[in-house]
Parts: sequence; structure tokens; C-alpha cells
Amino acid sequence: MHKILEKRQLSYDKERDQSVFYYKVQAPEIARNRKAGQFIIFQIDDNYGERIPLTIADANADEGWIAIVFQTVGATTRRFSVNFNEGDNIPVLVGPLGRPTHIEKKDGAVLCIGGGIGIAPLHPIVEANHAIGNKVITVIGARTKDLLFFEDEMRKASDELIVVTDDGSYCRKAVVTEPLKEVCEREKVSEIVSIGPAIMMKFCVAAARPFGVPITTSLNTIMIDGTGMCGCCRVKVGNETKFVCVDGPEFNGYEVDFDNMMQRMTAFKDKEREADHKCRIGLDAGKKA
Amino acid sequence: MSEHITTEKLQEEAAKLWANIEGKTLTPKDRREIPPQEMPSQDPEVRAHNMSEVALGYTETQARVEAERCIQCPGAPCKKGCPVAVPIPEFIKHIQAGDFKGAVDTIKQTNLLPAICGRVCPQEKQCQSFCTVGKMFKAPEKAVAIGRLERYVADWERANNQITVPTPAPETGKKVAVIGSGPAGLTVAADIRRAGHSVTVFEAFHKTGGVMVYGIPEFRLPKAIVAKEVENLQKMGVEFKTSFLVGRTQTLEQLLDEGGYDAAFIGTGAGLPKFLWIEGENLIGVFSANEYLTRSNLMKAYDREHADTPLYEAKRVAVFGGGNVAMDGARTALRLGAEKVYCVYRRTRAEMPARAEEVAHAIEEGVDFHFLENPTRFIGDDKGRLTGVELLSYELGEPDASGRRKPVAIPGTEHILEIDAAVVALGNESNPLMKQTTPDLEVNKRGNIIVDENQKTNIPRVWAGGDIVLGAATVILAMGEGRRAAASMNEYLAGK
Repeated sequence: MHKILEKRQLSYDKERDQSVFYYKVQAPEIARNRKAGQFIIFQIDDNYGERIPLTIADANADEGWIAIVFQTVGATTRRFSVNFNEGDNIPVLVGPLGRPTHIEKKDGAVLCIGGGIGIAPLHPIVEANHAIGNKVITVIGARTKDLLFFEDEMRKASDELIVVTDDGSYCRKAVVTEPLKEVCEREKVSEIVSIGPAIMMKFCVAAARPFGVPITTSLNTIMIDGTGMCGCCRVKVGNETKFVCVDGPEFNGYEVDFDNMMQRMTAFKDKEREADHKCRIGLDAGKKA
Repeated sequence: MSEHITTEKLQEEAAKLWANIEGKTLTPKDRREIPPQEMPSQDPEVRAHNMSEVALGYTETQARVEAERCIQCPGAPCKKGCPVAVPIPEFIKHIQAGDFKGAVDTIKQTNLLPAICGRVCPQEKQCQSFCTVGKMFKAPEKAVAIGRLERYVADWERANNQITVPTPAPETGKKVAVIGSGPAGLTVAADIRRAGHSVTVFEAFHKTGGVMVYGIPEFRLPKAIVAKEVENLQKMGVEFKTSFLVGRTQTLEQLLDEGGYDAAFIGTGAGLPKFLWIEGENLIGVFSANEYLTRSNLMKAYDREHADTPLYEAKRVAVFGGGNVAMDGARTALRLGAEKVYCVYRRTRAEMPARAEEVAHAIEEGVDFHFLENPTRFIGDDKGRLTGVELLSYELGEPDASGRRKPVAIPGTEHILEIDAAVVALGNESNPLMKQTTPDLEVNKRGNIIVDENQKTNIPRVWAGGDIVLGAATVILAMGEGRRAAASMNEYLAGK
């Protein structure tokens, strides 16, 4: 059973009525074997629920838990955030899935860039790099102050932390590509890891290219089984079709066809919007009662 | 299209025949004169819009009449056509005697999943292709309907709560891990548990049954039947762990070294879907059959009211391929509301690998077959959504290595078919996960696990079988491999 041990709301986006939640979940087997960069798939109903992939944001093997961080962007995540509280069990949780991040000792710095909800999956990678003694420079960014989280956790595991907001409501007013360029101009960077919305990763790749620094991106495509069976998560990398669930989720950013990936992620957008709308009506009705 | 005959009509005809047969001693000539009994089915116009089972199963009278067509010929050639050597004449003899329980128990000596095999086995290529009766008529379709009889007695057993759960031998204290709960895994679990060993089946999905629940649709194999088989194994003491991905949740090595398992069987099934690797294949609206069917079957997306997993709405759907999975995809598309469903296959109906019954059902339901055509590229709009496919016409040339006549492209015959969704059903590559996480495991160049004649892999204490060894095959072949593996594993465990 996967009991929710702790539930916290990390942020709230008034403009879009979306929140980011942190759940610490009992999952001893996953906690024991997971490595940075890996993800889980969960369902809120084992009969009719959809399968949602989420990168593991934190874990403790001794205490037998993992942490997941998600944004309420659709019907399932919205219901998950409202109907599942501390002490409740998550009906389906499988993992760790995907290939772990390749972590090795580098000469130069490792520049870790997380945007929005992408800050969560970046956290274990920052920690793992820090743990083997790499110099870690971390950049976290969001549209506005309310959407930032994990600032303390990231500071603890980084040699330097740069915080930016698009609107300048907190720390520096900038998009993440600006510190990316500055750090690369300033010092030797051996690798960039960029995780966030596809469009952000695409721009990070473009910004990194002139410096010739290797850049790793973590893709969050639609998945069903997540174990290499359905082919739903496929994306063009180099000139090949790759499966994010078993070949990824991390790929060389220079080779990823982000435009194709962004298009494929809109496949069910109309349906999702409709479902989210119905869900909100349902949840609001529930609140009134 | 032949006219649909109702169950009532079929029963009426069977009853007339039965009145002449009952209680009589039949000569081989009498038996020869009994016409083959048709399978009752839902009306094609109705069933093309529902998910309920298409083939309804024989009535008791039909089963009795059909069984009388078996002449109990010496040599029983039918048995040789069965990958698990079901004692076919013996079980039919029980039906002839009106002993359905005796019949099903006879089948279960070698086949634990008769309700499933009676529905999904390609009998016309196996047991029935060897049947003497079919040979006498020089018409394989007039062979004794072994599969339908198998299904009848298995359904009778379930409907009448007559299922006997085998009693396992006394506990041996040995533990076996079975990886994957598809047909191979379930067969291994049953055979090993019977020998008194403890068995844990690990399933990556949230539901057990493997391809029988995510791949084969409800209208061909009701999920309740698969669930019942799993329940029977549970009653025997087999433990099931769902949402457990061996290789990731724990590695095979961890299970063997730390988990205390004495042996393991890998039955992880089909892997990454094969694509055509042509232009436009990553457009929105191009699906692998695995994804298309998994959404509908396992995730229950056909139940729009309850399911959270969305379906891709499409009016014109083209399915590519000629196997059972292609038929399942095409017939699912109809049921999900497509107005026009095409099946594009580069050879002709005669070369299709699908079960004859599935092809016939698809045609009856209105699937439009495009034989001797193959796609060259997918075409999309500026939003990356599929709008059509370019097809090239083919003709049949000389037979190739498989013995089938090789399709040869006719240059300059490119033409466009307008579609909103494409379902690619061309088989599967092997799943790379076990190899990725068990580097010492020997696989061939296609990634399939290499085994010896006893299904043993190169890793001590590890056996494998089913699609991960065979590539894409059938339920019954997977079961055959499972039986062989289990026998070898039981022998190993007994000597340990």
C-alpha cells in the first residue's frame, strides 16, 4: 500500500487556478531502488483512472518513502489534490521507471536549470551531483514568485543558487536562459541539465549551443504503460524514434525534436480541457455539499 | 455477405438433428452426414457498436451434435496440431457421452485455460487442420469444431460452478518468481504451484492477464473470464503482485539473491511496437496497435462515461497489418464510433496471418479491406495532425522464405487515402527492459531471450518463454513454452 505520509501545497497560480502539491508517499521498494532522474506512474482509481507519470522529487530508502510533486493541470491531478489526503492510500503506484541520470565526476561545473514544475525532478539530480563532489550551480525559475518552490532544498545541495522570475516579483527578473549564458561565459561548465516545460528546454538548448556544452533534457511526454509496450511516449531524437519510458526520460538536448514533442503533447488537449472543466464543476459541487 | 443466422434458428436446426441422433449407435457414415454446427453470434450490425462478446458459444444441443461429428479416428492426428497436446478425441468422447465435467477435466490435464484457448487459438491452423473429418471432405472448414467444443465445456464448467481447483502437492518450501501474468506466466504459475512450490507472479500493470487484458478486446475475450482464471490460481495459493516492474522495482538479481527466490521465469511478453519507419509516423493520430488497444481495453476508454483515459476521436481510421491484432484494432475502431474503417494489408486475404474467424467477423462488421497496398508516408496538417496516408499498390510475386508469395510494389501507383487516425499493427520488437537491467542475460540480435530446449536461459535458475522468446506469437504457443519451462523448473527444484 502506498500511504500518503505528508501533503503540502507548494504554490498556487491564481491566474490559471493551478496549484503545485508535494506528497510524501510510503513506497519502500521504490525508495530503495530509485535513482536520480527516474519516475513513477500513478492512478487514482485502479479501474477507470488514467496513468500519470511523475518524476520522483525526493526519496529516503531508510524511511521507505518517496516524494512526488505535481501541478493540478487536469482532471486527475485536480481530483488527486482534493480527494487524497494524509493517511489515504494511492491505489496504483509503479516504479521506479526509466533510465537513471548518468552522474559522473566532472572537471567543470554542472549547471542545473529547473523551470516551474520542472524544479521538482531536477532536485534529485542536483543532490546526486552534489553528493559525488561536482560543483553544482543551480538555476530555478518561474513565471512569478508564488510558483517557486524547493528554494531551500536546492540551496542546500548547490554551490551556487540563482533564482529568477519572469515578472521580477522575486529575486532577479529574468528567464532561465540569461543566467545559463552568463555562467557559461564566466566559467567552465561540463554539463547542463535542463528540466521544465518543453519550450523552456528548447530555448535552453538554443542558448547552450554556442558554448558547445553538452545539455541533458528530461522529457515528460504522455505515457500509458511506461514500461516499453505501448509506444505512446515516442519522440524524435536525432533521426530516430525513441521511447521516453525505456530509452529516456533524459536525452541529449541537441538531438531532441522539441517541436514534434510539443505537437504530440497536444494530442488529447481538447479532451483534457473538457475533463478538467467537468472535474472542477464536480469538485465545486462537492465543496458546497 | 451471408445473412446472419440467429441463435434460435441454429438451435432449432440442431434440435432437429439431435432428435435423429440421440440414443442411436452412429456409423462413420452417419457422422459424416451431420452438418458442421455454426457458431451463434451477435448480429453484425448490432455488435459493431457494442463491446460485448461477438461469438456467443454453442447451445448444449449444438455441442452434442457437433461432438457426434468426431469419428474417434485412430492415431488422433488433431492432437499433433496442438502445442500443448490436449487429449482431443478423449474430451470429445466425454461430450458424446453427455459428461461435460469429464470433458473439461480431460482438457485441463494439459491446458489450464480452455475458456481462453477455445476463444483465441488459431484452431484452423492447429488441431483442426489435421482433423480426419475435414480431410475426408477436403475442406478444412468442415473439420470437427474442436475449439468451439473446448469453449463450450469450459463455459459450462464456469457457468455451473463446477470448477475444480487442483490441490497442490505438500509445501516444499521452495519459492519461484514468475515475471509477467500473461498466458506463459499463468501457465508456469499453475504447474509449479501444483508441485507444491510457492509462487509469486509479478505484474507491471495494475491488472493481471497481460496481453489477454490489455491487448485482446472484450468483444473477443471477456475480461471476466481472464479474471476467473487468475482467481483460480489464487485459490491454489499463487500470490500476485501488481504494479511491480521486475528490472526496476527490483532487479532479477535482487529477487534471486535477496528475495529468496530459488528460480525465476521471465514471461514479459511483447515489447516496443514496430512502426513502419516512414515519413509522418510521429504525427498526432498515428498510434501503435498496442497503444490504441491498451487505451480501449485495459484503461477502458471505450466507457466514455467512467474512464479518465481519453480516446482519439476519428471518423476514418486505417489499420495497417493482417494479423489478429490488426483485426482487433479495426473492429475496436468501429466500436469506438468510426464511420469508416480500412484495413490495409500488403498481401491478400489468403496470406493473412489472422484467425479466419476474426477476418470473417471483421468483413461482416463492415471493415473495408485494402489488399495489396502498403503505406509510403503519412500526411498531416499544420498542427501536426494526421489527415491522410499515401499508399502504393502491390502485386504478388514468387514465394519468399516464409512460403508466402512476396508482395512486389507497382511503381507509380501512389494514391492518397484520407484518414484521421492510423493504427499500426505490424508486430513488436522485444522489450529492452530485462536486458537493460540484467546485462548478463543473453538475447539474440532482435533482443529476444535465448533459451535451450527446456526454456532455460544462460543465467542459472532463470527460465523464459512466450513472446519475449518467440517474438510476437499466440496465447497457446506462449502456454506451450510455459508448460515446458515449468516441467524443467519443477525437475530442477525437486533435485535441489
